[in-house]
Amino acid sequence: MINFEKQSRRDFIKVCSLSAGGLFLAAYVPAANIFSKPGDDPTIFSPSAYIKIDSNGIVTVFVHRTEMGQGVQTSLPMIVAEELEVNWESIRIEQADADEKYGSQSTGGSWSIRRSFDPFRVAGATAKEMLITAAAAKWGISVSDCYAENGFVISKTNGKKFSYGKLVTDAAKLPVPQNVKLKDPKDYKIIGKRVKRLDTPAKLYGTAKFGIDVVVPGMVYAAVKRSPTFEGTVISFNDAKSKAISGVLNVVQIKSGVAVIADSTWNSFKGTDALDVQWDPGPHTNVNNESIRNLFSEKLDTEGTEVEKIGNPDSVNKDSLTSLDAIYEMPFLAHAPMEPVNCVADVKANKAEIWAPTQNPQGLQRAIANLLGLKNEDVIVHVTLLGGGFGRKSHSDFGLEAAEISKAVGKPVKLTWTREDDMKHGQFRPASTHKLTGAVDKNGRAVLFSHHVIMPSIRAQLSGNSPKEPGDFDIVDGTRNLPYRIPNIKISATNVFTPVPLWYWRAVYNSQNPFIVESFIDELASAAGKDPIEFRLQMMDPESRLTNVLKLVKEKSNWNRKLPEGSGRGVAVAACYGSFSAQVAEVTVKNNRIKLDNFVCAIDCGIVINPDTVEAQMEGAIVFAITAALKGEIIIRNGGVASGNYDDYPIMDYSEMPTVETYIVKNDLPVGGVGEVGIAASTPAFINAIYNATGKRIRKLPVKLV
Amino acid sequence: MPQYSLNVNGAKKTVDVDDDTPLLWVLRDNLQLTGTKYSCGVGICGTCVVHINGHAERSCSVYVRDAADKDILTIEGLAENPGHPIFKAWIDQEVSQCGYCQPGQIMTLAALMNENPKPTEQQIEDTMSGVLCRCGTYPRIKKAIDKLVNGEVK
Repeated sequence: MINFEKQSRRDFIKVCSLSAGGLFLAAYVPAANIFSKPGDDPTIFSPSAYIKIDSNGIVTVFVHRTEMGQGVQTSLPMIVAEELEVNWESIRIEQADADEKYGSQSTGGSWSIRRSFDPFRVAGATAKEMLITAAAAKWGISVSDCYAENGFVISKTNGKKFSYGKLVTDAAKLPVPQNVKLKDPKDYKIIGKRVKRLDTPAKLYGTAKFGIDVVVPGMVYAAVKRSPTFEGTVISFNDAKSKAISGVLNVVQIKSGVAVIADSTWNSFKGTDALDVQWDPGPHTNVNNESIRNLFSEKLDTEGTEVEKIGNPDSVNKDSLTSLDAIYEMPFLAHAPMEPVNCVADVKANKAEIWAPTQNPQGLQRAIANLLGLKNEDVIVHVTLLGGGFGRKSHSDFGLEAAEISKAVGKPVKLTWTREDDMKHGQFRPASTHKLTGAVDKNGRAVLFSHHVIMPSIRAQLSGNSPKEPGDFDIVDGTRNLPYRIPNIKISATNVFTPVPLWYWRAVYNSQNPFIVESFIDELASAAGKDPIEFRLQMMDPESRLTNVLKLVKEKSNWNRKLPEGSGRGVAVAACYGSFSAQVAEVTVKNNRIKLDNFVCAIDCGIVINPDTVEAQMEGAIVFAITAALKGEIIIRNGGVASGNYDDYPIMDYSEMPTVETYIVKNDLPVGGVGEVGIAASTPAFINAIYNATGKRIRKLPVKLV
Repeated sequence: MPQYSLNVNGAKKTVDVDDDTPLLWVLRDNLQLTGTKYSCGVGICGTCVVHINGHAERSCSVYVRDAADKDILTIEGLAENPGHPIFKAWIDQEVSQCGYCQPGQIMTLAALMNENPKPTEQQIEDTMSGVLCRCGTYPRIKKAIDKLVNGEVK
């Protein structure tokens, strides 16, 4: 989901090729430390950072990435179970604390499976080989006369078997083998199956522990009153009314505002409401949506920095062409996970213990260690379940606040942000303005495509540096390397600094740029008088995976079927996060009310770990993206966020949901991401469907038909 | 501080809290029944739904004083029967993603189906539209409810 882990294709191959040897071994617990601490159960076999097998044959898989609904607590163990040859029933999971031994734990960028597929396969296969070696030695036969199945090593010569549990003590004494053989995907028994999620029952029975559910002994509760304006600061505060509330224990100023500490969450909320703070509003009180939009518009007549050029886009003779110009606009968006950000922190003199719903445990560990002047290893970060993340919970702000408050009061503290805090004081998907120019010839083929992206850059805001070189512009992700053979293409970018805090939102720039591209391609198709799918296909590589999913979605959506009056369909394609998707949206518009009828979604994400999860991610991505397209807009007023709760930042409900059909391409290609690719194609498919139904071209989100 | 007596999941509990404390926070902070979730705090999202005398209520918007001496059922109480058809249907359809809103979804549906085991599509839509899900589990919730209403959950 998050871009900060972005790798080039070349880097990715390098990691893959290393992962069978170097990189993976970096994740090993050295053989001498297989019994991690003196006194630990000596029969626990722990051949890597990810797996532990006990003498009962129970396999514990350490999930080093965060479970936020995407199913990683199930899909990562599936990979291990496959190579290790164990029954799914013997698998347990443990959510890993922050620890550098795991490599990156940052859960974003649709990386969790892509980065872990190889190391987890190797971990499982290595453990299996060590268990086989141990069994062969016991029997005094050759390793090649043994095989593993369902948690047993079996002798081919006499049919005798040892359970894994009986072998772990011997296996743990063996040297760790190198270059173990991995299974052929055609032999997979677990990968590719609809395995039931391990986290489901606890989530239904109310026993699952999210960050907000953590309780530690002696804990007090805190809430924070923060500046209503960006970069506003506390001049002074009067806590008399807060302290008059029963249950309010303390009021302390922290970096981000003033914290009220109480004996319950509710009393901490009451205490912050009653708190009288005098703010220096800072320099941005004139900032609002309109002023930011004007900043963008001022750049429309400038050239921007060219980041990609094909042909001679500036000298296309348009005399015999049909040309189009369009301006597209996108709003700021909040993540608004159902669980607002929160954190429990217990800071002592020389160590700190943190329980956080974090997508970035190591980042949080470093940030808190830095804040407190501690070593990283003295900050223990426990990762809880997340009630939605969508990028928001990779930020460290809430954890830092909790640590600061705990240090100030000398007690464990649970900090809870109210919904309004979460909406107003978070970080946002950037707003943007886009200038498009295109042309089609008499044969109905696109001959020019020019796209100028005007947007505040997350990277530039974080670094404070203006991007200069083409490679500096993160804001053009999703605009380059178009899948269409158009002879003249120009992509350019302009960064605009605004005081609105920015952050990675599910699919990041791929939540907006592919919408612009695929909508404008649809406009060109219309100008060319062509069917939107045929228009695309004539410009695409006929052998590509994207072409394949587009053809698949055409077939599955019954694209040429006549729709009733008032209904329309739209198509879009997206290639990002190592996956390929094409979607067809069907809508009905009556009296300017939009009804979402059906989404047909084709995805090629390479090897599929759990098809049910892939489908769930596509359904979820569609709801997330269409919620934004229909309703999402953060209101900036007087230098702060005016939106506060789900009444003025609404999210789609049950009655508005379309049906979703997902078709997954089967192949053995490298694993792609599935958390975000669905976002990229669904908005343009939806908007193109509105056009098809009404003839109205929506170029500004959220959609307003009147 | 006033004392309130609450009947929660069949057990009598006494809490010492201000009378304006929402039932939600009494359940979560005082009784450690954290299956009932906080999200909007103002009765919009439905993640905090519990049953009060058999009716689905948003516990963030019910003062403790108004819940006193009434029968309160939380998700933990419903889960005392883990074989409840709603749980089965939810597991069959693999409904949950992050899972945060699911106790609210399940409690809302349970109250509806207690009153009317065969609700119409419109009744289902009107009721379930009151519980928001950011992960987008609605299509699976719909499938699970269809199976329940059609008696296809064993």
